[in-house]
Amino acid sequence: MLDVVGVPDVTDLFTDVPQELRARAAVNLAPGLSEQEVRARLEQLATRNTAAQRHCFLGAGTYPHFVPAVVDQVLQRAEFYSAYTPYQPEVSQGTLQAIFEFQTLVAMLLGMEVANASMYDGASATAEAVLMALRIQPKRSRVVLSRALHPQYREVVRTYATVAGGDGAHHADLVEAPVAGDGRTDIDRLANSVNDRTAAVVVGYPNFFGVVEDLDTIGALAHAHGALLVTATAEATALGLLKPPGAFGADIAVAEGQSLGVPMSYGGPGVGLFATRSDFVRMMPGRLVGEAADGGGRRGYVLTLATREQHIRREKATSNICTNHGLIALAVTVYLSTVGKAGLRELAIANTAAAHRAAERLATTGKWQQQFSAPFFNEFVVRGVNAAAAWEAARARGVLAGVPLRRWYPELSETLMLCVTETHDAAAVDALIAALS
Amino acid sequence: MEVGRVSQTAKKQAGLLLDEALIFERSRPGRRGFAVPGGSEDPGKFLPADLLRGPIDGFPEVSEPEVLRHFLRLSQWNLGTATTFYPLGSCTMKYNPVANEAVARLAGFAGLHPLVPDEGAQGALELIWELERMLAEVSGMDAVSLQPAAGAQGELTGMKMIRAYHVDHGRARRKVLIPASAHGTNPASAALCGYSTVQVEGNRIGLIDASAVRRAMDDEVAALMITNPNTLGLFEREIVQVAEAVHERGGLVYLDGANLNALMGVAKPAHMGADVMQINLHKTFSTPHGGGGPGSGPVGVRDVLEPYLPTPRLLRDGERWRWSEDHPKSIGRVRSFHGNFGMLVRAFAYILALGGDGLTQATRMAVLSANYIRRRLEATYQLAFPAVCMHECVFSDKGFEATGVKTLDIAKRLLDHGFYAPTIYFPLVVSGALMIEPTETESKETLDEFIAAMLAIAREAHETPDVVRNAPTQTPVGRLDEARAARRPVLRWTPRSSAEG
Repeated sequence: MLDVVGVPDVTDLFTDVPQELRARAAVNLAPGLSEQEVRARLEQLATRNTAAQRHCFLGAGTYPHFVPAVVDQVLQRAEFYSAYTPYQPEVSQGTLQAIFEFQTLVAMLLGMEVANASMYDGASATAEAVLMALRIQPKRSRVVLSRALHPQYREVVRTYATVAGGDGAHHADLVEAPVAGDGRTDIDRLANSVNDRTAAVVVGYPNFFGVVEDLDTIGALAHAHGALLVTATAEATALGLLKPPGAFGADIAVAEGQSLGVPMSYGGPGVGLFATRSDFVRMMPGRLVGEAADGGGRRGYVLTLATREQHIRREKATSNICTNHGLIALAVTVYLSTVGKAGLRELAIANTAAAHRAAERLATTGKWQQQFSAPFFNEFVVRGVNAAAAWEAARARGVLAGVPLRRWYPELSETLMLCVTETHDAAAVDALIAALS
Repeated sequence: MEVGRVSQTAKKQAGLLLDEALIFERSRPGRRGFAVPGGSEDPGKFLPADLLRGPIDGFPEVSEPEVLRHFLRLSQWNLGTATTFYPLGSCTMKYNPVANEAVARLAGFAGLHPLVPDEGAQGALELIWELERMLAEVSGMDAVSLQPAAGAQGELTGMKMIRAYHVDHGRARRKVLIPASAHGTNPASAALCGYSTVQVEGNRIGLIDASAVRRAMDDEVAALMITNPNTLGLFEREIVQVAEAVHERGGLVYLDGANLNALMGVAKPAHMGADVMQINLHKTFSTPHGGGGPGSGPVGVRDVLEPYLPTPRLLRDGERWRWSEDHPKSIGRVRSFHGNFGMLVRAFAYILALGGDGLTQATRMAVLSANYIRRRLEATYQLAFPAVCMHECVFSDKGFEATGVKTLDIAKRLLDHGFYAPTIYFPLVVSGALMIEPTETESKETLDEFIAAMLAIAREAHETPDVVRNAPTQTPVGRLDEARAARRPVLRWTPRSSAEG
C-alpha cells in the first residue's frame, strides 16, 4: 500500500502537520491488553459496584423493570448496532421500519398524533419540547415549570432554554409553580404564574413524586391563556394504565423510555420519546421516518421532512440534534411488541398493586406516613422521624430504601421516595419493610 | 394464512429476500408473548377509574416467536459495518468490537441504578475517572466531562461554556466564525447559544488561512468553530496561527473533534490552540453507531474553561471517588444522571485493548487506507483538492456531466456492488461530493474490492449510464420516492378503528 501511495513510511503521510505538533503528540497510555485481560479488568470494576447487588427501591427517573430476553437477543444483532443513521434507505430498511414502528408505538402510548424517531433522554426531550413551544409562539418567552417536574429535567431545561447574559431569542423566562400539599402542582399558584406571555406549562405525568397530576385542569388553564401544555413522563410504564397526555389535550408529550426494555446502566443510555400534534410536525426537532414507495410500488421507509434539520437548515434548524437514540428506540420497539396490548396494561397494574401494598405495609409499621394524598403509580413519598438515619440503617441491611428527597427538596428533608415494581418479589418487599421498621 | 395489508403491495418474496409486514399487521386479537405475575387485579382498587385508560387500541398482539422472526428479518435488510464495508465519510464507521458489547452487559454495570450512593458505585466512578484522563491524554486537554449524550450535545455544551466564559469576563459577544466546509451542527449549536454565525471561506486548496481569520476577527467574535482535519480530509496547516488570530482578539477556539481518528499520536488539539472540543466516542473510540445512536460526546477543555464544565463533576478523595454538583460557574446539567454510561464502558475497554501505541497505529492505518483509495481512484474520479489526505478523501462529480450520471447514482450503484455508500453532497463546498472514509479496520483486500467497484461504476457511467441511473436493483426495495414521502408525510401506522387520544 505504501508503494501505491508513494511514500516510504506511513509517517511521511503527516508532513502537512507542523513538526512542532507532531513532536509532542505521543499518547502516553499503558500498552494494549488482550481481550482476556480487558475482560478481567472490567469484571473487577463491575464487582466494585456493590450497590448493583442490593435490593434497590430507587426510581426517580430510572426504574428497575424486567426485560424479556428476546429484547437483548435482537439488540445484539450487529446488522442493527453496527449500522449508522439510515442515509441509504435501500439498505437500511431494517432500521427504518423499526423506527416507523417505534414512532407508531410512542404516538399510541402517549395518545398523540405523531412521534419522532427519539431524542437522547427524557430530560433533553423536555428541553427540546420547551424550545419547540417557544418556536411555535415566538412572541412569548415565559415557560412555567411545575416544581414537581423531575429536578434534573428542570435543570436541563434551564441549560437549554436560557442563554447566559442573554435576553433576546433563545432565552426563556423560566418560572416555577409550587407543589400543593397533596403532591400535585398547586393549581391556584400555577394560575398566578400563567399569563398571555406564557408559551408553555410543563408538568410531570406522573410527576417526580409518582403522583398523577390533574392534567384536565392544568391543560384548561394553559389553553385559556393560549399556552401549550407540555407533559414529561419519567416512568413510561405508567402509561399502560393511566389515560395518556393526549387525552387531556397535551400539545407536546415527552417521556423517558428506559422503563420499556432498557437496563438501568447507571442512568444511560436511555431514550427520549417525543410526540406532538400533526399540525406542529414541521416545528418538531429530531429525525422522522415516513412511509414511501419505490418505482415498482413496493412499500418502504425513508428519513423525511429533513428540511427542518441542521444538515440542511444549519443555523435555522429546529434543533442541533443529528441523530436519535436509534438502538434504544429499537429496544423499546421490541419490548412493547413482546409485552403487547394486554401485557403492558397488566404490567402497569402489577406495578400499581405492588407499590400500593408496600405503602400500606409501611404505614402499618407506625414509623412512616404517606407524605402526599393524591393518587400515585409505582412511586410514593413517606415521612418519618430521622429519615436519613433510617435510610442508612436500611443500607446496612442491604436495602436501598428509596431516594432521600432533601437533596432536591429541603422542605421534604424527613422523607424517602420509594419505587416498587414487578421486579420486587415478596422477599424483597419483606426486606424493605423489615429494614425500615 | 393471512398476510395483512402487505399483500396489496407489490413486494417480492423470493429466496432469501423475505418480506416482512409491520408488527401491527402481524397482530391478532388475544395473541401474546408475555405474562406478569399479579397483573389481573382490578386497578380500581388503587386508582380512581376516571384516571385510567383501557388496553391501547392497535398495540401489537403477537407471540414471542413472531417478535423474534419479525426483528431478525428486519435486521437482514440492514447493512452495518459488521456485514459490509461502510465508507461513510465523516462518520468513522470502524469495527465495533464484540468483546465490548459483552463487558457493557456485566450485571455490575447494566444493573446499576444511577442514584445509588457513590460508595456503592466505586467501580463505575473509577472507570469514568480513568476514561476522562485517557481522553485528556489523547487530546492534550486539561479536563474532560463525559456528560454529553452525543457529538451534537457535546458541541452545544462547548458553546454554552464559551458563552458563560465571555459573560464572566465582561460580555457575551455576538458572533461565531464558522468555515464554509463545517458540519451543519456547528451553526445550529452556535445559534442555540444566541450567536449569529459568520462564514469563513477556505482558500484555493480548501484550507483556512490565518490571514482570513485575522480579517474576520473583531471584539464581537466569541469563538471560531473549526474542524481539523477539515471535512475535506485535509489538515489545517495554519491551525496554530489561526488559533493565535482568534486568541489575540479575546476569542476562543472550538475544535470539532469529529475527525479525531486522524490525530491520535499525530497532533493534540490542545497544542493546536483549541480551548474546547467534543470527542465522539462512537467514531474514534469504536462504540456502535446503533443505526443512529446512542453515541457519546464528551467535552475536553483547557484550564480556563474548566469552571464552566457541566455538572455533575467527578472528584477524587484519595482512593474514593464522588460526584459533586457544587460548581457555581458551571453551565449546569445537559442531561439526566451521568452521561451515556453504557457507551463509556465500551470506549474504556477499547482504549485498554489498544493502548497508546495501538491508538497511534489506528490513526496511521486509517490515514494510509484513505490515501491508498485516493491514489487508486484519483485518475478516474476528480479529487476535490489534489493533496495528501488524512483519514478521508473527497471526490467531486466533475467528469461525469456528459453521462447524466450524478453522485447520487454512483452511491446507489455501490449498493448493488455490495457496499454501503460514501457520504454524498457533503461538504457543501464541493460539487457533488463523494466523501470516503475507510477507517483502519478494513483489510487491503476489502479496499481493493471497493476500488474495483468504483472503477467499474465509472466505466458503466460512460458506457451504460442507465445501469447506474437505475440503481439499485439488488436491494430489498428500489429507490424510494423521498419527495413524495415529504409532501404528504405518513409518519405512523394507524389502526383501522379510531385512534386514541
